[in-house]
Amino acid sequence: MLRFTLRRILQIIPTVVVVALLIFVIFSVVPGTFAASLFADGKRAADPQMIARLIEEFGLNKPLMERFVTYVTDLAQFDLGTSFRTRQPVIDLINDRMWASLKLAIAAMVFALAVGVPLGFLAAMRPGSILDTVTMIGAVSGLSMPQFWLGLLAMYLFALQLNWLPSFGYGNGSFQNLILPAVTLGVTPLALLARTTRAGVLDVLNADFIRTAHSKGMSEIKVVRWHVARNALVLIVTTVGLQFGSLIGQAVVIEKLFAWPGIGSLLVDSVAIRDIPVVQGTILVIVLWFLVINTAVDLIYAAIDPRIKQE
Amino acid sequence: MTAPLLDIRSLHLGVALGRSAHHPLLKGVSFQIMPGEAYGLVGESGSGKSVTSLAVMGLLKRPLAVSSGEILFKGQNLLTLPKREMRRLRGNRIAMIFQEPMTALNPLSTVGRQIAEMFVLHQDKSWNEAQKLAIDALASVRVPNPDRRAKNYPHQMSGGLRQRVMIAMALACNPDLLIADEPTTALDVTVQAEVLRLIKELCAERGTAVLFISHDLGVIASICQRVGVMYAGCLVEENETRALFDTPRHDYTKGLLGALPRLGSRSQHGRQRLVDIDSIIADRSKLTETRFIAPRGIEGSQP
Repeated sequence: MLRFTLRRILQIIPTVVVVALLIFVIFSVVPGTFAASLFADGKRAADPQMIARLIEEFGLNKPLMERFVTYVTDLAQFDLGTSFRTRQPVIDLINDRMWASLKLAIAAMVFALAVGVPLGFLAAMRPGSILDTVTMIGAVSGLSMPQFWLGLLAMYLFALQLNWLPSFGYGNGSFQNLILPAVTLGVTPLALLARTTRAGVLDVLNADFIRTAHSKGMSEIKVVRWHVARNALVLIVTTVGLQFGSLIGQAVVIEKLFAWPGIGSLLVDSVAIRDIPVVQGTILVIVLWFLVINTAVDLIYAAIDPRIKQE
Repeated sequence: MTAPLLDIRSLHLGVALGRSAHHPLLKGVSFQIMPGEAYGLVGESGSGKSVTSLAVMGLLKRPLAVSSGEILFKGQNLLTLPKREMRRLRGNRIAMIFQEPMTALNPLSTVGRQIAEMFVLHQDKSWNEAQKLAIDALASVRVPNPDRRAKNYPHQMSGGLRQRVMIAMALACNPDLLIADEPTTALDVTVQAEVLRLIKELCAERGTAVLFISHDLGVIASICQRVGVMYAGCLVEENETRALFDTPRHDYTKGLLGALPRLGSRSQHGRQRLVDIDSIIADRSKLTETRFIAPRGIEGSQP
């Protein structure tokens, strides 16, 4: 198990290197420069002299290869560069924003897990029941509703009409400020989890070994506890892993909507003004987050299913 | 005369279609198994052997349901028994071995734990004691290195070993009746013989009665004292194994026996001709309540 763990963790490194390379290439070929967008306020043309000065300052006139070497050597020392806009180290900017994002993503996932998995489980235990029908209709609606719209509705209802919760903002990290964005963000993974849990449990319930378990004279509760739960967990963990990774991406919309100071809104703002070092750094961090989640999922798999360590 | 251990009386069973409609699968099946006796049920796929066994175990799933009849186990009607009582019998007094050793065990749980569950469920043992008893149970089905094997997961075992685990599990609580539903069909021939011998010896030792279900007449002959032949949801013939093989009375039984290749039996042309049972199973809804079986070719041709 230790070797397996170590191997999976080490596998992150080459992936990060390849991704860093890709990010660099992509942002070297996109049109438009920071300098140009900075001065293009729509009223007057940017001053060519100013642009030239900025290009000089950030070393954008150096050959691509040279810039790449600088980028990689900096990266190896965990230096993600300096923001064009604020002149702060990118790593500091990300550090300021990342924890808010993580908090939001984790809260959303906890909400989705706490509600989605039990609902899916109960629905599978009594297929065709009222609970099952209601859950599945709810799940489809949850998947179909655009998050920004749902967020607006929630804001309108709970903040403006009922006045129970603050409508937006980080509120110095208070729990009340977290509820609306986390619930809104959690609806999609919740719906998916309810559906996959139901499908997974139904699948397990039809397995031959469940019939064996019944033939041993087990009560239904024991069958579920001893034989269904663990087997259904595999599918649940997969879904959680996939959703957790993409939550950060989906959070961009929610963070904008609720003025949440997360990494998603940092990314959007930076793309708009072509602040390439920040964009590169943010994407790299998001990719790293994906990889960490994936690795964690693989390790959890191995802990659940003895057949996986075999390979 | 001793009382029968299992007494199935005109069991009717079918698929419930909607509120009142009902598609019959078993049409008045009756047979008895004496304590310690090995009884074989033969018949082709779909003849109702397996549903009979599931009905005895009380494991029929909707839309399958018993419509009438009695299943008496030690004089007690299993069909009217409360769920809780039935659970107490299941696995404990009546145990079952299934056809597929590959899928009949939970892949995420050690075999030792899966056997131990029997002792925890029915004998109020602690998990620790149960694990030790599980190792003994593995030893009793002649699994080599039982203490090491108990920690194995099913995927680390061969089909034959897994079926031994199933046997150990089924016999863990010394049941009065063991139902074996095609326990050797999925195994290769050499392993099949070992597993059969094991079932036969262990049940004889413990005085466990066996309801052995198979479509393989050879297997049935080697293990059972009496045989019932099922066809399209009816028990068409029942006899002592030897007598049934020597003088089959029913046309279908004759057909079954004729379809068996035998060593050494040749016709004058130097070749044995195997009897062919017409391919498609009869449409049950067209079969009458009488136990007459028309040649299938003729029956199938009628609208």
